[in-house]
Amino acid sequence: MSHHNGDTRPPMLQIANLHVAIGDVEILKGVDLAVRLGEVHAIMGPNGSGKSTLVNVLAGRPGYTVTQGEVLYEGMDLLRMLPEERARAGVFLAFQYPVELPGVRNWQFIKTAVDSIRRHKGLKELSVREFDRLLQDKVRTMEFDPELIKRAVNEGFSGGEKKRNETIQLLMLDPKLALLDETDSGLDIDALRTVASAVNTRRSSSNATILVTHYQRILNYVTPDHVHILIDGRLVMFGGPALALEVEAKGYDWLRQAAETTG
Amino acid sequence: MPQALAQHKSYQADFERLERGLRFGDAPWLQALRRQAMDSFDQLGFPTALRGNEKWKYTRVAPIAEAAFEHPFDGQPDRVQASDIQGIAPWDKGWTNLVFVDGRYSAALSTPNGAGSSMQAISLAAALATEEALVQQHLARYADFKDDAFIALNTAFLEDGALVWVPPGETLPTPLHILFITTEHQKPVVTYPRVLLVAGSNSRLILIESYISLSSNGYFTNSVVEMLAEEGAQIEHYRFARESPRAYHVGMTRAYLAKDSVLKTTSLTVGCAILRNDLMVLLDAPGASTEVRGLHLTNGVDHVDNHIDIDHAKPYTKSNQYFKGVLDGKSRAVFSGRVLIRQNAVKAQAHQKDYNIILSEGAEIDTKPALEIYCDDVMATHGATAGHVAEELLFYMRSRGLDRELARALLVRGFASEIIDGVGVDSLRSYLDRQLSQALPTHQPERSL
Ligand SMILES: Nc1ncnc2c1ncn2[C@@H]1O[C@H](COP(=O)(O)OP(=O)(O)OP(=O)(O)O)[C@@H](O)[C@H]1O
Ligand SMILES: [Mg+2]
Repeated sequence: MSHHNGDTRPPMLQIANLHVAIGDVEILKGVDLAVRLGEVHAIMGPNGSGKSTLVNVLAGRPGYTVTQGEVLYEGMDLLRMLPEERARAGVFLAFQYPVELPGVRNWQFIKTAVDSIRRHKGLKELSVREFDRLLQDKVRTMEFDPELIKRAVNEGFSGGEKKRNETIQLLMLDPKLALLDETDSGLDIDALRTVASAVNTRRSSSNATILVTHYQRILNYVTPDHVHILIDGRLVMFGGPALALEVEAKGYDWLRQAAETTG
Repeated sequence: MPQALAQHKSYQADFERLERGLRFGDAPWLQALRRQAMDSFDQLGFPTALRGNEKWKYTRVAPIAEAAFEHPFDGQPDRVQASDIQGIAPWDKGWTNLVFVDGRYSAALSTPNGAGSSMQAISLAAALATEEALVQQHLARYADFKDDAFIALNTAFLEDGALVWVPPGETLPTPLHILFITTEHQKPVVTYPRVLLVAGSNSRLILIESYISLSSNGYFTNSVVEMLAEEGAQIEHYRFARESPRAYHVGMTRAYLAKDSVLKTTSLTVGCAILRNDLMVLLDAPGASTEVRGLHLTNGVDHVDNHIDIDHAKPYTKSNQYFKGVLDGKSRAVFSGRVLIRQNAVKAQAHQKDYNIILSEGAEIDTKPALEIYCDDVMATHGATAGHVAEELLFYMRSRGLDRELARALLVRGFASEIIDGVGVDSLRSYLDRQLSQALPTHQPERSL
């Protein structure tokens, strides 16, 4: 299963003893996680356990306080970087609740994002034609309504359309580390398949994905290397794909109890 | 002698000089009208009192009242060449363009073709020679000078301006553009732009009114636009102002709407020292409706005051106001006015929204939407917001690699462009879009689909 067996390179992402608070409330209570190039990690856990907090902190969302721990991303101190610096270094977050950007056209926004990242890499901006060709290709892949590309970002989009739009951005920006926060939620079965196949297609030895999900459903299409269970701010268990099936069958209570007895 | 009083005397002196040297016909009724208006101004004085002055509560008129402005008696409209205004003013060869320089009609710059239409769009001075009865019937009927000092002053100095008359049933094939230009002068000048629009029953037209400046000095534009929409008439009106940053501009628009007539009006205002955009719409018959939109961009120490007064005098009338503002620097904006729904105005609908983005610590907005409702069976809503660009949205954009400045610029542009996107005249819309790019502290977005 783990095709990195014997891989001695340091992980691309190394989270060590991460504690995160919102205000005075501690949400993450010491998370350790290593992600290597080529891997797909699934993170599951009950509502409110801190899954979004974890990926948001990795992407640099304001409003959280890191009280302890550190995160190394490709040897860099990730937590000291601005959100845009992280994005340019290859971190991408697909939002659980993508926001609407009134009056900012989707086409324009994605083009600006792609160009911002290209500029950082010393590449020149894409011409309108080049960009549009790439974009239309992803729009077809995602079976996305082409009209929505001309509209304001996410404005008036259905829940599923927003998730597809996140996936189009994922494909266009082609990040090294994709953090997908419930990108599979609220999708019909066809959309779920397209999102899953997008994740599979981009899977390679030069990138990695963290997939936050509630449903083992998507894992029928995307086979993760590791499944982690986050409960009450702690990763209480990890395993292979079978763990997702077990959680689906038994719920989280047995894991909660296990977590309490161990600590 | 207090400053304001001294200045008041100088208007008096100018008025006497104007009366002595009348440029066109003797029309006794017009002389009487001017005289009455001057008397009104004398009695009213500028609304500088701070107490009990609801209409001007948030805008200090004192700087205007105390400044000395010269009347440009010796104006030379021919001094301005077409090349001087190219790229500065909204312009389209396909429009009917009436151009006024320092208050005087410029035949050289105007293109009064009015192709294929019996519409009259001519200078008021010329109209008084050929259409005196029409002018006499309507002039100063909709813009009441008895209780407004600025309208009174404008009417007292009424010399030139534009008369637009659209015959019943007629649709203007092209937009009509009336452009007022203030040029560079040694001393601050005052001009009195004036437009009278009579839209006959079931006529349709697009009217663009714009104010630009070839000077960066201080001056005073005191304009009055009065409109009559007869039964079933449809007026689409745009008002663009980009005056010198040191200018004072008081623009009074008065509209009278008859049965089933529609006024859609959109203002785009680039801030200056003081700018008042003062609109009053009287919905005087069932089915009359108005849509009032506006966008203002302020910076530096600009002060922009949108004052909108809508009178639902009759049943089944509708009004919809939608204003947006982007404030930067230490600028200040005001959104005030009232929507009055009278006792018998059943089934009236009135909506009012004022949304603002504040880009700096020093900028301030006073937004006071007011509904006065004396009838039960109506639908009325209002809302106002003012805030900084939401961090939540910025974070989303930054997480895609945009830096903070660029993200903010795109959001502000997106916010403002909603009003511009609603402009129904292509060449005006692209002009306004360019103005937006210049006025906002943003990068130029590239061409998009
Ligand atoms: N702004 C906030 N202020 C206070 N508490 C917050 C805030 N945001 C999140 N929380 C709390 O932090 C905890 C973790 O939230 P988080 O969104 O990370 O959970 P999650 O595991 O992603 O849940 P879900 O499965 O519902 O998406 C929750 O108890 C939540 O109520
Ligand atoms: Mg979540």
